[in-house]
Amino acid sequence: MSLLSLKNMKTSIGQYHVLHDISIEVPEGGVFVLLGRNGAGKSTTLRSIMGLWSPSPGSVTFRSEDLTGLHTAEIAKRGIAFVPEDMGIFGGLTVAENMVLATADGSFDKDRLRWIYDLFPALEKFWDKPAGALSGGQKQMLSVARAIIEPRELILIDEPTKGLAPAIVDNMAEAFRQISDRSTILLVEQNFEFAKSLGRDMAVIEDGRIAHAGTMADFAADQDLQDRLLSLSA
Amino acid sequence: MERLNETIDRLGGVYLLPLAVAVLAFVLIGAPSSWATLTVAGLAMGMMIFLMASGLSLVFGLMDVLNFGHSAFISLGAFISASVLAAMGGWLGAESVLLNAAALLVAFGAAMLFGLVAGWFFETVIIKPVYADHLRQILITMGALIVVEELILAIWGGTPFSVGRPAFLEGAFVIGDITIEIYRAFAFALGLLAYAALYFVLNRTRLGLLIRAGVENREMVEALGFRIDRLFIGVFMVGSALAALGGAMWAGYETLITPHLGADMMIVVFIVVIIGGLGSVQGTLLGAILVGLMSNYVGFLAPKLSLASNMLLMMAILLWRPNGLKPAVK
Repeated sequence: MSLLSLKNMKTSIGQYHVLHDISIEVPEGGVFVLLGRNGAGKSTTLRSIMGLWSPSPGSVTFRSEDLTGLHTAEIAKRGIAFVPEDMGIFGGLTVAENMVLATADGSFDKDRLRWIYDLFPALEKFWDKPAGALSGGQKQMLSVARAIIEPRELILIDEPTKGLAPAIVDNMAEAFRQISDRSTILLVEQNFEFAKSLGRDMAVIEDGRIAHAGTMADFAADQDLQDRLLSLSA
Repeated sequence: MERLNETIDRLGGVYLLPLAVAVLAFVLIGAPSSWATLTVAGLAMGMMIFLMASGLSLVFGLMDVLNFGHSAFISLGAFISASVLAAMGGWLGAESVLLNAAALLVAFGAAMLFGLVAGWFFETVIIKPVYADHLRQILITMGALIVVEELILAIWGGTPFSVGRPAFLEGAFVIGDITIEIYRAFAFALGLLAYAALYFVLNRTRLGLLIRAGVENREMVEALGFRIDRLFIGVFMVGSALAALGGAMWAGYETLITPHLGADMMIVVFIVVIIGGLGSVQGTLLGAILVGLMSNYVGFLAPKLSLASNMLLMMAILLWRPNGLKPAVK
């Protein structure tokens, strides 16, 4: 049974119909990658799952529970974390305060915090510094760390490698591998090499519709399909 | 300009501004006793304006709501407090300081309680349907302000309403050549207490952390599992109660009030919020003290410029820092 199921999801923003018909099944465990060109509707899909934009009609089911129409906060409480494209860091708060806000009761599980420090050593170093003073890569680490400070079943991550240095991207890939041993990741990514190295299952969105869904291994082996669905010239 | 900003930040930043204004005024006024009296008056006025403005700043910062009806809470706080004080005339004029203080406490408590309830009603009935639509917010909150003003006119009448003061806050104490009105010192102390309480809640509690985070990025706070709309109702209610308290304090300061008190103060309150930077309590305090000091100094030095001084101050600050002195991080 799928962990997350989207059925005929349609989302409009103002007068624009962004998602026309999105249906995907995200299995439990590992990394599920959503690919697609700019403006295809990948970020909108994640935001619709989180209830930040209301899909209508269609349904979002998480562990057999219908999330459609629920408030974003209620969706988060079901065990879904969100790492937005802009990272959503509270720049005026310290790294520690950003992390505290993501905990259930304001206290940290020491083992989990140690694991996060090991994944992202910079966060321990800058723990008491304002998050707004961090570099882009460090902000991304904080954004991901905030999503995993409590055990979550599903983590939605939107373009985490955008604008990052290659060394940070490698660090992020290793972190995602470890995180995916504990939680399912639904990853939106344009960096195909990064996505390929992590994804087990995948789907491609084109003009607000699912154009292809399958395993990452099959998609990576099909150059024609990649060219047709992802290349700029297509 | 960048180098000037860096130098100022190194010396203590924008927090030095009130000090700089006070020093400049000292040079221009010349007489230390007059300067000290004006400074205390300016600080007291600033603290009362801070009480009125802090809620408005947080409401705009947290929910992007332009509430032009905020001054309704100032007016209502003033009239309710004045009515309670009038009803407790016996305690007000009694020789016992305890009875005096109890009358004041009941009056301020009634104003704040009404502010809380009116704030809840205002947010739920008037503001909620117009979230994310600034034009409709301005229209409907200004409409609500007119309705409240007319209600005050119908209940309390159009003639100026006299406000009683507890006997222990009457008079002044004299230090050398300097005369300080007790009510002004009290207003300053109460404002400072309110600021300390707000500072504590915002900087030392999880609730405050949520409010500060919500001012920066509301969506992300919701994605972390918090109902910011419920938090907003709380902030709106507290902001309204503080405005009512500010109105009650102002009524005692002026001693004669009219239904237009809130609308008259609203211009100053908006100037303070804009000068301070939206969503920031520290910025609001800074802006309020600057406006209070400037009003008193300019009123003494060049009375004809008094009305324009706050506008000129706002223009100068916005030319220097377009987002205000201490805006919340967005």
